[in-house]
Amino acid sequence: MQIQPIFAALRKHKLAAMLIALEIAFACAVLCNACFMIASRLSMMGIDSGVDESALATMQLTGYDASKAADVDARALTALRAIPGVQDVALLNSIPFGARRGTAGITTDAGGQHFGGVIEFYVGGPGSFEALGLQLESGRGPQTDDYRAFTGLMPGDASIQITQALAEHLWPGANPLGKEIWMEKFHYRVVGVIRTLVRPDPPGWPAAQRDWCVFVPALPGPYLTGSYLLRAAPQDLPRVMRDASVAIGKALPDVVIDRQASRTLGDLRDNVFRNDRAMAGLLVGVIVALLGVTALGIVGLASFWVAQRRKQIGIRRALGATRGDILRYFQTENFLIVTFGAMLGVALAIGINLMLMRFFEMPQLPLWYLPVGVLVLWALGQLAVLSPALRAAKVPPVVATRSV
Amino acid sequence: MFGYYLDLALLSLKRNRVLTALMVLAIAVGIGASMTTLTVMHLLSGDPLPGRSAHLFYPQVDASPAGFTRHGPLDMLDYRSAMDLWSAHRADRQALIVNSQIKVRAPDANLPPLMVNMLSTTSDFFPMFDVPFAYGSGWTPSDDESRARVAIISSDLNDKMFGGTDSVGKTLRLKDSDVRIVGVLAPWRPSPLFYDVRGGRFANGDTADFYGKPEDVLTPVSTGLEINAGNFWQFTCWHAPEKPGYLENAGCVWVALWVQLDDAAKVAVYRGFLDHYAQEQKALGRFASTQTRLPSLTQWLDLNGVVPADVKLQTGLAFAFLAICLFNTIGLLLAKFLRRGGEIGVRRALGASRRAIFAQCLVEAGLIGLLGGIGGWLLTLGGLWLVRRQPVAYADLAHLDLGMFAATFAAAIAVSLLAGGLPALRASSIAPALQLKTL
Repeated sequence: MQIQPIFAALRKHKLAAMLIALEIAFACAVLCNACFMIASRLSMMGIDSGVDESALATMQLTGYDASKAADVDARALTALRAIPGVQDVALLNSIPFGARRGTAGITTDAGGQHFGGVIEFYVGGPGSFEALGLQLESGRGPQTDDYRAFTGLMPGDASIQITQALAEHLWPGANPLGKEIWMEKFHYRVVGVIRTLVRPDPPGWPAAQRDWCVFVPALPGPYLTGSYLLRAAPQDLPRVMRDASVAIGKALPDVVIDRQASRTLGDLRDNVFRNDRAMAGLLVGVIVALLGVTALGIVGLASFWVAQRRKQIGIRRALGATRGDILRYFQTENFLIVTFGAMLGVALAIGINLMLMRFFEMPQLPLWYLPVGVLVLWALGQLAVLSPALRAAKVPPVVATRSV
Repeated sequence: MFGYYLDLALLSLKRNRVLTALMVLAIAVGIGASMTTLTVMHLLSGDPLPGRSAHLFYPQVDASPAGFTRHGPLDMLDYRSAMDLWSAHRADRQALIVNSQIKVRAPDANLPPLMVNMLSTTSDFFPMFDVPFAYGSGWTPSDDESRARVAIISSDLNDKMFGGTDSVGKTLRLKDSDVRIVGVLAPWRPSPLFYDVRGGRFANGDTADFYGKPEDVLTPVSTGLEINAGNFWQFTCWHAPEKPGYLENAGCVWVALWVQLDDAAKVAVYRGFLDHYAQEQKALGRFASTQTRLPSLTQWLDLNGVVPADVKLQTGLAFAFLAICLFNTIGLLLAKFLRRGGEIGVRRALGASRRAIFAQCLVEAGLIGLLGGIGGWLLTLGGLWLVRRQPVAYADLAHLDLGMFAATFAAAIAVSLLAGGLPALRASSIAPALQLKTL
């Protein structure tokens, strides 16, 4: 196959060929970046919470004074435990994918000099560690006398469980058991390592920090109240939640149920990622529309060229070119245009990614997206040009002898 | 001649219906996508208080210990600094902002108690931000001083509790205190809810919540602090408060102050006052740093990056898509016109001027652009309908206003001229002799 004549022909249609190449360049750049965005959103949406989500739900009560906390909790726990199907009810301040009540900065020394990052303190009453279904990697879970009463915003001194990721961040390579962290004068000692536990608000954090959490055992009191974790068989949960609202309404007519926040963990998870899901859906839509428009553009342009060159094709056929030669001519022509466009597109994709990194704090585009993007466009181009090229190959040699 | 060209264009477009439909669709989808996102962008990045925003400022001082902040003063003020600055009365108008949640019941209405957001502010808030009232009016400066048990409610809450009737004079039970309603707001929806904007730098671009609705209950600061004591939460703290929820004497920032300064000279004087205050507090040992800032409303919104990152991304994406659709249409029209080189050559040889050819091609391209523009406008309406169904705080704001309506049509015409102009120009420069030779 000689490429020289193809170049000569393209030179006559510089503008049209250039436009299609530009279209392909834009498509390539958008395709690579959009796919990367979809992948990062999907990986975030698939985050491992570390808890038995399908069996868990929460009730959130507000609208009463801290001085009445003991009474409210006693009545709420009694009412919730009486619901058939409820396996466990416990107090927990923050809820995975739900309420966020324990976000604070920590240090790894008593003097407050070595900042360890901003983490989530899950302060839980007796039974909450087991109800969550957290998996211990090493050390021990909370024991009965670990749960102590407290009067400040958080327990001032406790034996805690820490996630693997946070332990690795604070003390890389070292055994975290027995290590200590401080939050101002509050002091915590690590006695167990849990596999993972997600923050209440993972989308708001960089990927590496989404499971920087600790579990702090404590007894219910004025600052651990009104936030309940319910455990039931997954198929019972919707009914249990309906019953729970009724039971609370009866037992505590004066408190307010925060209905937005009182849901199953599955619902809360859907809610936390709803924007990401919508964005990923939108990106998929854009990619499909983009590839469709590009393919149809190629079909349209190739069809015109085939129709315009009918006579020349006839002459080539009369001079001995086979159908395969004609077919390959158009395929090669398309290949050249797409290659040129895709090369521009690769540069553009990198440029766009650099801009996204600068203004939207996106991570760097993995380089393998680029060759894959080019391959996709090559395949798209060849598929799109096939039908017009086959039509061209069918032009009979006799056309050469006719005038227009 | 125009009528004849129109006939010719229709004939030519009918000859290849699929291709015509494709070109129209490409332009329509491109315009629909970009104008939808542009409308959302326009709504979210607009000036929340046109004509007034230039005179509104957000004073900032820094009461935190040395080394606590690295990026200038904290986003809010501690209670003492806020009260000092407010009670100095150095600005033309000034409003304190304190947010909390409170339980509301109406003794007259038979409804279960509700938790609502309460804004505690000062009497200047209403004239300063041009807040519209449906019934009644704001409270007086003396109510600020005397902790008067008065409140103003939003039109939403008025609809919910009093069926939208004039509820001025009625009683509302806020937590355990009865307050008298002195005003009901007319529907009011500043975009963004500028006076509550803060902490945008830490939001990772997820700032859709800045576009929420105003609070349902408004009370004087002194009243709010008293009736909702123990339920105030910090923006951030450098010392954990002794009694959580009670922040007046804690090492926390949780109060905001807005001031109105009517001319540049007053702004300069106020800046001097802020600097002087910070130096005085440092001399007293209460401040570690003398840094101050006085951003204007728009500077403050920019500093907080209020337009959500997703909206910006979508706009960029839509315009890249429009570019692709445009290249596509130009390429196809170009190929179409050049294929008719023979016809054009004959017309030119028979005496048609280049202008005539250009006009003929432009009519055909313009027709495609017009159809695409109309389609794009319909798709924009559809797109905005989709945005309104999204679970985001600004969903109910997404409407096509008059300006964007005109902009959509202007964009459609610009796109069609761009799509048609280049191919028409190229077609009109065809040399007749060359074309006739090949016939």
